[in-house]
Amino acid sequence: MATRVIDSRDTVPAVAADGRRRWFRGQAFWLVAPALLLLVICLGLPLAIVTLRSFSEPQWGWQNYAWFFGTPVNLTVLQRTFAISAWVTLVCLIAGYPYAYVMTAVGPKMRLILILCVLVPFWVSGVVRTLAWVILLQDSGVINSVIKAVGLSPVKLIRTQTGVVIGMAQVLLPFMILPLYSVMKTIDLRLMQAARSLGASPARAFAQVYLPLSLPGVYAGAIIVFILALGFYITPALLGGPRSTMLSTLIQNQVLSLLNWGRGGAMGVVLLIATFVLLALAAPLSRQPHKTGSRR
Amino acid sequence: MKQPGRILLGLYCLLVAVWLVAPTIVVVPMSFNDKKSLAFPPSGFSWQWYQNFFTNPEWSASLVGSLKVAVVTALFATVIGTLAAFGLDRMKSRVSGVLRALLITPMVVPGVVLAVGIYAVYLDTRLVGTMTGFVLAHTMLAVPFVIIAVSASLEVFDKRLETAAASLGATRLTAFRTVTLPLIAPGILSGLLFAFVTSFDEIIVALFITSPYLKTLPVQIFSSITRDADPTVAAVGTLLFIVTSLVIGAGLLIGSRQGKN
Repeated sequence: MATRVIDSRDTVPAVAADGRRRWFRGQAFWLVAPALLLLVICLGLPLAIVTLRSFSEPQWGWQNYAWFFGTPVNLTVLQRTFAISAWVTLVCLIAGYPYAYVMTAVGPKMRLILILCVLVPFWVSGVVRTLAWVILLQDSGVINSVIKAVGLSPVKLIRTQTGVVIGMAQVLLPFMILPLYSVMKTIDLRLMQAARSLGASPARAFAQVYLPLSLPGVYAGAIIVFILALGFYITPALLGGPRSTMLSTLIQNQVLSLLNWGRGGAMGVVLLIATFVLLALAAPLSRQPHKTGSRR
Repeated sequence: MKQPGRILLGLYCLLVAVWLVAPTIVVVPMSFNDKKSLAFPPSGFSWQWYQNFFTNPEWSASLVGSLKVAVVTALFATVIGTLAAFGLDRMKSRVSGVLRALLITPMVVPGVVLAVGIYAVYLDTRLVGTMTGFVLAHTMLAVPFVIIAVSASLEVFDKRLETAAASLGATRLTAFRTVTLPLIAPGILSGLLFAFVTSFDEIIVALFITSPYLKTLPVQIFSSITRDADPTVAAVGTLLFIVTSLVIGAGLLIGSRQGKN
């Protein structure tokens, strides 16, 4: 099911039969209209209000943005939000790339097991999973018990940036593995054999043949993981400490605790713009060349 | 030299798999803890946290609230999302590409920003803590998943079948009801399931628009985690895990049986 989600995110439906198209063009819009209306009311309006308040509270002007970019703490948090997201993306890529490759290389039974392992995290409520990470990472937790049993000195994991990255990467790993797998399963492994038979070393065959063909999956997975990580709230709030606060927590704090809609709004707009700029920059990279080819 | 490389790769994958699955499994033993603590391993066995979940009104009320919201959301989102998927399927590809991207934006908008905005709108319209408020917001968040699931089955649906039905004298509605609908039913069903889960699991918007009168399960779990180390959360997690496993297992079984026929 979830493979399908990632697969079809950017595919355009096959061209409909031409005759039918003429009958339906007018009606087609009305079929989409309820969804669009809901989007305007529940997404457009709220985001417009957030933007408006960032300029209008307490009085009109750029004051909230001047405050945001003029306060060192905010810039630290902004920078940290990007840094944590980058770390999470990197960890997901390092863990996910070989995993997705193995998924394409094993038999169907083993593949089912590997896919189940990717999907299991989705079965349990996100909040409960974060609690599980508290249990695993806490000072007397499972990981530290194992470390102590091996004879090493315990590591501080809970309320640290490392802990946040470990927890977030586990939550986001499926979003990296699924697009990687959907691209990798289309790669013809005989190309690697061909490269080997022409005298390339395994490393060279991988670097010059397999890796370039898998890049669309890497880009697609990296974009979605990075963007979802930027907006993460629950995991950093529960696993992190004051030194690993992310932008979302700051926004929530401004609005719910300090009732400062202007400043919270300005931070929200910054996060929103960062998200959409990244999406716009990265979208062309993740198009699969062979798919675009068949579309035309 | 090939063999050790493969073994190493296999071990690496095993490690990743453990990392993926461990947080789901570790909750199970915690739920039988005999003390009110989250220290691992638990020191003794008891059923008290399950008992607490079913008898404590705070927990049962939030479960009922979540179920109500999720069921209504799933129904609305499935109807709206299926209609939209059909509409997109019938449009010029350039128009539908733009609309599709637009309709899927709720999936990438940072949760807290959206929640702040919805909270602002709801404060003005008195929707905070109401069923309508929850269902509206959750339906908007769930519609993209339905559109994706239904679109995927529309893509593999052979449209000539509808033409064939029409040529045999079926009206458009009859053709839709007797040919199209049964064939894309799996897509609609998985959309419904996704929509239900999206709502049942949603926390960020819920944290902002919740009230003492309407609380959802994730909000209750969150406040329980931040308040104290209560193993009831682990019991809830275990129950959710078992129920989801049963549903997915049944789905796989039905799916494989249909595949054989």
